[in-house]
Amino acid sequence: MRTEFRLSGSGGQGLLLAGIVLAEAAILEDKNAVQTQSYGPEARGGASKAEVIISEEDIDYPKATDPDFLLALTAESYKTFGALMGKGIIIVDSSVALNPEIKARTISAPILKAAAEDIGKRVVANIVALGVLAGISGIVAEKTLELAVKNRVPKGTEELNLSALHKGFELAAAVGARQAD
Amino acid sequence: MTNAKLMQGNEACTLGALAAGLDFFAGYPITPSTEIAELCAEELPKIGGRFIQMEDEIGSIAAIIGASLTGRKVMTATSGPGFSLMQENLGYAGIAEVPIVIVNVQRVGPSTGQPTSPSQGDVMQSRWGTHGDHPVVVLAPGNVKECYELTFKAFNIAEQYRVPVIVLMDEVIGHMREKVILPDIATLRIVNRKEPETPAGYLPYEADDDGGVPLMARFGQGYRFHVTGLFHDDTGFPSNKSDITNRFTRRLLRKVEKAEPAIREYFTESTDDCDILVVAFGSSAMSSLSAVRKARASGIKAGLFRPKTIWPFPEDSFKELAAKAKRVIVPEMNLGQLVLEIERLVGCKAPVERLSKVNGELFKPEEILSRIMGGAK
Repeated sequence: MRTEFRLSGSGGQGLLLAGIVLAEAAILEDKNAVQTQSYGPEARGGASKAEVIISEEDIDYPKATDPDFLLALTAESYKTFGALMGKGIIIVDSSVALNPEIKARTISAPILKAAAEDIGKRVVANIVALGVLAGISGIVAEKTLELAVKNRVPKGTEELNLSALHKGFELAAAVGARQAD
Repeated sequence: MTNAKLMQGNEACTLGALAAGLDFFAGYPITPSTEIAELCAEELPKIGGRFIQMEDEIGSIAAIIGASLTGRKVMTATSGPGFSLMQENLGYAGIAEVPIVIVNVQRVGPSTGQPTSPSQGDVMQSRWGTHGDHPVVVLAPGNVKECYELTFKAFNIAEQYRVPVIVLMDEVIGHMREKVILPDIATLRIVNRKEPETPAGYLPYEADDDGGVPLMARFGQGYRFHVTGLFHDDTGFPSNKSDITNRFTRRLLRKVEKAEPAIREYFTESTDDCDILVVAFGSSAMSSLSAVRKARASGIKAGLFRPKTIWPFPEDSFKELAAKAKRVIVPEMNLGQLVLEIERLVGCKAPVERLSKVNGELFKPEEILSRIMGGAK
């Protein structure tokens, strides 16, 4: 089965890295994965999007067509890509005001806040987001993601990023519990 | 656990070059090819190779031509704007028969266009960008693994036939990351240029008229010879003689024509019994493959022909398939370039339909599927 992820936000938030780590985790579990990106000419601040396709089968088309999961960390990305969502789930940062016209199932999670306040580093918001995305989608095991994160993040930041990842999984579990209520 | 890795197209391209023996890279980084320069800058010093960031793309191609003449295996990487600047010296490498590899990761043009968006607008430029009848080989990878394989092959072709070889990628192919299992380097066959045994009596451009390839000496190894962009005789010195000019032009082009059956490469899917033949290369072929599979799933007899060598085009193989097709559809991210070659090859035997996309986005499979199903033109 083909599962499509779209990670969107602002250039510099590290969503491309999050996409790469997700794809690498899938490969560690012997699945196929393709990651693509789309961004403007600016390195920081412009709209940025990474996509990851994960499948047990051959992946012919590398882009997301009807994402199963959209991550949106900014109001702009929520507005732009949220409106395109069909069957999938939107995971949006709780700093973004929800728009009633965006009908897809939406989960709001305090990703940026958790990175800044609980972990104490805003730069790890991408890895918190990755934990949330993986926790909600169940696409790869937490242990596999830990390994994938350790393989990719800069030396010396492993522990910081792992706590960010675990925080993400915690947020996902909390959201799951709320949904179950 | 396999040795599968998530790898980017530009990264695979660089690793393919290194596997083929790349030891000199000169370039001017440009999106969406920059990762190739970055990785070369990282890797080449480790193996005693050289990386130079040049002042521009004219300098870049000039530097690799010079280095190749000293026996190095050379490459540069660029995108449309830089490729335009390289055209003059591309012709020089052609007439002086200097093996070089140029990677062009296409972006939207003309001019600086759209740096981060994919396009396939350089098909004709890659063949005819420099003036005069000139030899050139153009390879087009259709996935990350092929970035490795075809860049490797580009070096072998450049070395064997002493021609410039262009690896024509695009932003999607270059930036995409995919699960790849690379071939065992020990199983790869590296081709090196044929060198003379002694400077005594060496004629640098002596070759059989029927597409022969002259022996190539290394500058700095005791050989004294002249290299020029002017028409020249066997000694390498300029000549205006009409018979030499005629024979030389024909030999240069004949080299590639003669090589075609050996270097020809293409991918097909579901073409055995297809009524509708989709012809696409590079990233457009990924959308096409998905469309063809969807069409087959609903009982439509569609197939895909994806050339990996686009210049020279695998004519004979394509004509055989095209002869059975009722319709031929050519999706490409330009307003119609490869389709001109396809129209020429199909002739009047079947309608050839253009499907163009020039909004800076990759085709969606549904857009191609809809055309296969006979939808809006």
